[in-house]
Amino acid sequence: MEIPYTVEARRDTGLNNGKIGIWLFLASEVMLFGALFASYILIRTGSSSWPRGDTILSVPLATFNTLVLISSSVTMVMAWASLMRRKLGTFRMYIGGTVLLGLVFLIVKYFEYSDKFHHGHFPSTDNFYAIYFTLTGLHMLHVAGGMAVNAYFWGPGAKQYYTNPEWFTNRVENSGLFWHFVDLVWIFLFPTLYLL
Amino acid sequence: MTSDHAVDIDRHVRVYISVFVALMVLTVITVAISRLHLSVPLAVTVALVVAIVKGSLVACYFMHLISEKKLIYAVLAVTAAFFVVLLALPVVTHSNGYWIPE
Amino acid sequence: MSHPTTVDPHGPHVGHEAHHEELGFWRKYVFSVDHKVIGIQYGISGLLFLFFGFCLMMLMRWQLAYPGAPLPIIGALFGEARMPGGSMLPEFYNELGAMHGTIMVFMGVVPLAVGGFGNFVLPLQIGAPDMAFPRLNMLSYWAFFLGGVTMLASFFVPGGAAQSGWTSYSPLAIIAGSGQTWWLVGMIFLITSSLLGAINFITTTIQLRAKGLMFMRFPFFVWTQFVTAFLLLLAFPPLEAAGVMQLMDRVAGTSFFLPSGLVVSGQPLQVAGSGNALLWQHLFWFLAHPEVYVLILPAMGIVAEIIANNTRKPLWGYKPMVYSLVFLGFMSFIVWAHHMFMTGMGTAMATFFQTTTMIISIPSVVILTALILSLWGGSIRFNTPMLFALGFLPMFGIGGLTGLPLGLNVSDIPLHDTYYVIAHFHYVVAPGTIFALFAGVYYWFPKATGRMMNETLGKIHFWGSMICMNIVFMPMFIVGMAGVSRRLFDGGATYDFAQPILHWNAVSSWGAWIMALFQLPFIYNFFSSMWNGEKVGDNPWEATTIEWAAPSPPPHGNFSTEPVAHRGPYDYSLPGAKKDFVPQCEA
Repeated sequence: MEIPYTVEARRDTGLNNGKIGIWLFLASEVMLFGALFASYILIRTGSSSWPRGDTILSVPLATFNTLVLISSSVTMVMAWASLMRRKLGTFRMYIGGTVLLGLVFLIVKYFEYSDKFHHGHFPSTDNFYAIYFTLTGLHMLHVAGGMAVNAYFWGPGAKQYYTNPEWFTNRVENSGLFWHFVDLVWIFLFPTLYLL
Repeated sequence: MTSDHAVDIDRHVRVYISVFVALMVLTVITVAISRLHLSVPLAVTVALVVAIVKGSLVACYFMHLISEKKLIYAVLAVTAAFFVVLLALPVVTHSNGYWIPE
Repeated sequence: MSHPTTVDPHGPHVGHEAHHEELGFWRKYVFSVDHKVIGIQYGISGLLFLFFGFCLMMLMRWQLAYPGAPLPIIGALFGEARMPGGSMLPEFYNELGAMHGTIMVFMGVVPLAVGGFGNFVLPLQIGAPDMAFPRLNMLSYWAFFLGGVTMLASFFVPGGAAQSGWTSYSPLAIIAGSGQTWWLVGMIFLITSSLLGAINFITTTIQLRAKGLMFMRFPFFVWTQFVTAFLLLLAFPPLEAAGVMQLMDRVAGTSFFLPSGLVVSGQPLQVAGSGNALLWQHLFWFLAHPEVYVLILPAMGIVAEIIANNTRKPLWGYKPMVYSLVFLGFMSFIVWAHHMFMTGMGTAMATFFQTTTMIISIPSVVILTALILSLWGGSIRFNTPMLFALGFLPMFGIGGLTGLPLGLNVSDIPLHDTYYVIAHFHYVVAPGTIFALFAGVYYWFPKATGRMMNETLGKIHFWGSMICMNIVFMPMFIVGMAGVSRRLFDGGATYDFAQPILHWNAVSSWGAWIMALFQLPFIYNFFSSMWNGEKVGDNPWEATTIEWAAPSPPPHGNFSTEPVAHRGPYDYSLPGAKKDFVPQCEA
């Protein structure tokens, strides 16, 4: 038995199953991060004092990380574009680059976190740190998840290219949608936590 | 793969590069503005506007939302409606509950 | 379910998915990707959890009927830490209360209504070979299973299971014992499971419907599942976020939900503070009000199917029902704060939320009215599924109408957190939704097994449950209106004002225990009919919808020929037709 429309698009919707699935998933993610942002606004507006992010957190490191994530989004679309051109070698280079940039992001985050811990700042210190660690921690989990999927497509998953390149391209596109979403969340997290 | 398709992808790639540059520039701009230490309401507005522009660029071009199928738009429209309700939550909590300020 | 499929022309890309060979026991019955097996797994797990939750409640009913009296025989089983000398400790009562709610809602009704019936029936009703993402479907079940195991395991941790109610309000839940952490972890699994399920249901409905099956040809059950899936998809993530934050409050010492200056047992709480306790309630009810509709909509869908089938008439007002359903889905997101009138919200907000609450009652009434009018002029077949479906109508009606005073700010204030509330929402969920679920079990049992359930036992089950349900819940309106709080572990025995109505507590309790006896025919019927039930053909109810065109039980892949929808879902008693029903896939 085969499930219809895993690869080819259904005529009346113009979409394959995976594309709808990933967008629905992203819709739920929007609500997840939306709830956290709403909580942030509520707690911040309700507290008597709130520090500016740049007096506590390292803006240069975060700016660097923003640039890293944006670059990784570009390598991700380039990976997909290479598959559209049926160039597996270029795809592997780009998707590998995406994973590496993700790794750089996590390493920078590791230094940020350990610096905070070193100075005795923990989630329990105050609600600024509580929000900071919760939001960035959850975001980091998403980065790690996206990296795992992309690493799979770089490694063992790439075998599918030889049997069904079209399906493989679709899957990479969907993984890319998730990756861009993670980037998008960071684009909002960065000014919220670091600059305001 | 038809050559048409390949040309299409080449055009895509050029767009990606321009979006990439725009995102980089906007990141630098938003950091630079934060150095000006504007008043909080203004700073929030500016940062939010820049973030929305950057986010839209990512969503429209990297995530291809600019040319997506109707069904996806429908799903996102529903999500957006509920997202707005969710963001109204702080307003609901803090509201003192009088239509006319005392 | 044991048929190997014979469809074979598969491309090389699916070679690793060895659906086509005869699968071993584990792949076929345990880690199956077949929507029907997963549906039955969900269904049986859901029924077991319902039974377990019912047992917790029966223990509580002992304490409420005879506060402090030692429970004979069974009481000794729970040990000195929970029931010393057979008398229940307040802490144990709170455990039972919190877990009864959690289990019934998140592990009983939703998995049975959405995971069970949704998985089993929806793909068949839209003529699909399976769900759009079969492996995600399996993952969804096992996430639910892990969540369930985590919840059950929490009874055995030091201090016992969660004691802060199914709502897990802060700050109470944050200073509670370790069972609460297990509760949160369990909830995160359950939420993940529901999200994966919702993605699958929506994609399947949109993409895998049969040729010719446009949306306005969907059986009403498909519509209800479709809207329900959207509610799950968009309402659950905020609770997941809230769960993460509460977990941080408990584990990492943050103060998201802890205001400054908290004093616990005379000691100032050593936390940073300046959090917001109401934030939890907002996020919780942002989920939990849509969740109410997650509980009721699939039930309405089941009832609609059975009523159309047994009145041998099309549903009265199919289109208004569908529009009402969609409207209901949207509205359910902007009524949540009517659970919070007592939190000191301002009058403007209260006015807003009571207005939206009054508005949302309109589509519910439209659907219920349409279902009642559907009976008009039909020659009704009173078989067991139909009896349960008919029982649903007045019971849901009572539950719904008694909700109106709770939706209005002024009348909510005296009634809030009394037994009146318990009676109200149990009328919606217990004789409402659960009756509909029983109706669904009796109705689709022949599709899943190829055999009928016994009618006589079914009727005993129905009449016994119907009478006992009312003996259980009707007195609670009286107790509630007398002002007895739902949170008291002695049912109000220490309050003077409650003395004149205390005897009603015992009436409720006896109703519950006798109702348990009336579930025995169902349990026996369910299992014995699997092997000894009367064998029937593919379409024993002479129904029109597409699932009855598949063999019973349907093989992996469901249909022998691809179904095509040629007409609406309820072409019963068409003038001039040879039979009194014309199947949807008949040209």
